[in-house]
Amino acid sequence: MILGFLNLTWPTFANGLALGGVYALMAVGIGLVFGVLRIVNFAYGQLIMAGAYALAYGAQWNLPNWLAILFCFGVVLALSVLMDQLVFRRLRAHSPAVMLVATFAVAFLLQNIALLAFGPLGKSAGSLALLNAPWDLGGVEIKKIAVIAVATAVGCLVLLQLLLTLTPLGLQMRAAAIDFRTARLLGVRANRVIAGAVVISGLFAAVSAVMLSVTEITVTSTFGTQDTIYVLAGVVLGGLNRPIPATLGGFAIGFASGILGGVLPSNQSQYLPSFLFAAVIVVLLVRPNGLFTRAAGAVERV
Amino acid sequence: MRLVRRLPELLAPAVLVLGTALLGLEVSSYLQAYFLDTLVKVAIVVALYLFIGNSGVLSFGHISFVALGAWTAGVLTVPESQKKIVMPGLAHFLVTTNVGNLASLALAAGVGAVAALVVGLPLMRLSGLAAGIATFGVLEIVNNVLTYDQSIGPGENAFSAVPSTTGIWQAAVAALICVAVAFAYQHSRFGRMLRATREDPAAATAAGISIYRQRLLAFTLSGALAGFAGGIYVHLQPLQAGGLYLDLTFITLAMLVVGGSGSLLGAVVGALALNGLFSFFSAATNTVNVLGWNLTVPSGTAEIVLGVLMALVLVLRPSGLTGGRELSLPRRRRAVARSAAEPVA
Repeated sequence: MILGFLNLTWPTFANGLALGGVYALMAVGIGLVFGVLRIVNFAYGQLIMAGAYALAYGAQWNLPNWLAILFCFGVVLALSVLMDQLVFRRLRAHSPAVMLVATFAVAFLLQNIALLAFGPLGKSAGSLALLNAPWDLGGVEIKKIAVIAVATAVGCLVLLQLLLTLTPLGLQMRAAAIDFRTARLLGVRANRVIAGAVVISGLFAAVSAVMLSVTEITVTSTFGTQDTIYVLAGVVLGGLNRPIPATLGGFAIGFASGILGGVLPSNQSQYLPSFLFAAVIVVLLVRPNGLFTRAAGAVERV
Repeated sequence: MRLVRRLPELLAPAVLVLGTALLGLEVSSYLQAYFLDTLVKVAIVVALYLFIGNSGVLSFGHISFVALGAWTAGVLTVPESQKKIVMPGLAHFLVTTNVGNLASLALAAGVGAVAALVVGLPLMRLSGLAAGIATFGVLEIVNNVLTYDQSIGPGENAFSAVPSTTGIWQAAVAALICVAVAFAYQHSRFGRMLRATREDPAAATAAGISIYRQRLLAFTLSGALAGFAGGIYVHLQPLQAGGLYLDLTFITLAMLVVGGSGSLLGAVVGALALNGLFSFFSAATNTVNVLGWNLTVPSGTAEIVLGVLMALVLVLRPSGLTGGRELSLPRRRRAVARSAAEPVA
């Protein structure tokens, strides 16, 4: 038990890693869409909410777990594509502020539709709850979900990295993220790249929804909203323009939040958001372009 | 002569506010609550406009100044006999300090200004997404502290027992004050300098304007207005920390963007139009009579209609209903800048 002086135990450390892993996935989901569409998707949390509701209904209908998870993926992907087709594509020519407020609008809309359709009390997505049971790893009891979340996050990120570096679609997505207009001039199909980013982003949202719903069983219309705010802060903290810094930023804020939540006594942990955001503000003041990026290039002129 | 030409810019929003107030006097006291709420929203949105509209920088932090203003005015006006009941953990010096309605509003504005100045000193150096997330952080921190710190207010509970001194006239005068301050600011040299930095930062800097200083001034002034609006708000209804958070941030920003964030008229029109619509559908949950038809909608419809409408306006008319233009006399229309740019996030 290293770091014992911080009151830090291995299970807390594992939970921090797990939350960091899930936030890293969300960060990549947000970062990919930003890369091709230049939209900071505030409504990402509502994709996760939709996935969690799908799991809750899966549990209510007594679907087997694999089918419930499949249902969750289907719902999130469909919503992700719908969001892109109905709103995001039409906003591409607009200013960043308009786009951000528009994703705010979508988030608000989906949240209230969920409130109207599923009621304020929340639904229980309890079918995977047995993953909260601990595994005995060499004398240390660690929640199964923590191990699974870390493994899944690493797996997803490795797959994504392979996709981005080894396939033509990945190459095109990276090119589009660096300079969309030039990429299009060189023959990259805009719609294909955008569709790719939206689908992968949706897949990661679905994975995050499954992971988050294990520890947070009650699904309400605000499910995922607070997480998205943290992840957005983390993504900007890391540096939104590049996938790896964005992922690291998401991981960092999830890890910090998980560790501090476990270590601090409850009369201090209620101020956890204040600590985290104060830290975010301080870092942004020192490194406005992100923690893990090199010095910014010239200011974009056009 | 110049002033005469400029007058429509002030009169149009002022007449809209007064018209709302007069209409509010005519209706039943049940419906009047919606008019009062609308006037407070106008004050908040104009406060937002003063910074966002003139600087072109998006701020998610203004509702925290509204909340601080509300807390200030609320804590200082709850009758001393009630304080121990409403706020058992309140710090001693706050228990023994009481002020009147007007003084509490002035202090609310002062606290809003000081908070905005303190926050703005470091934050106004940032721009773009970093500024957006940092102001978001301010909102999170203020909300977090107000929710849990019971020595400065009621914590998670509603702010009950605040004297409800915000009647239709107080609300209308408050909204008018905000409109007048915003008008005066945007025609002052400071307002013009800030607008210059919005249109072209490089050229403005070359002309000797300090972007940082001009933004800081506008941020502080708009923080004062936001705090003032918060004071008005808490004197209207028992507020909760949770009610001065994401939803209000979103709704007021949406009002500004839908109305047209480039103009004062846009801010007022956006607040009136969206809040009017919102009020209509909220009232319709208890059946309203529209031209002989009885309309009843399930609760929650108001939010959904608002969300759909907002997405539609943003997609179809991103510069807002007014297109970011002020009302001007026809002779001048040719010369009015058409380029009213959108704020940059």
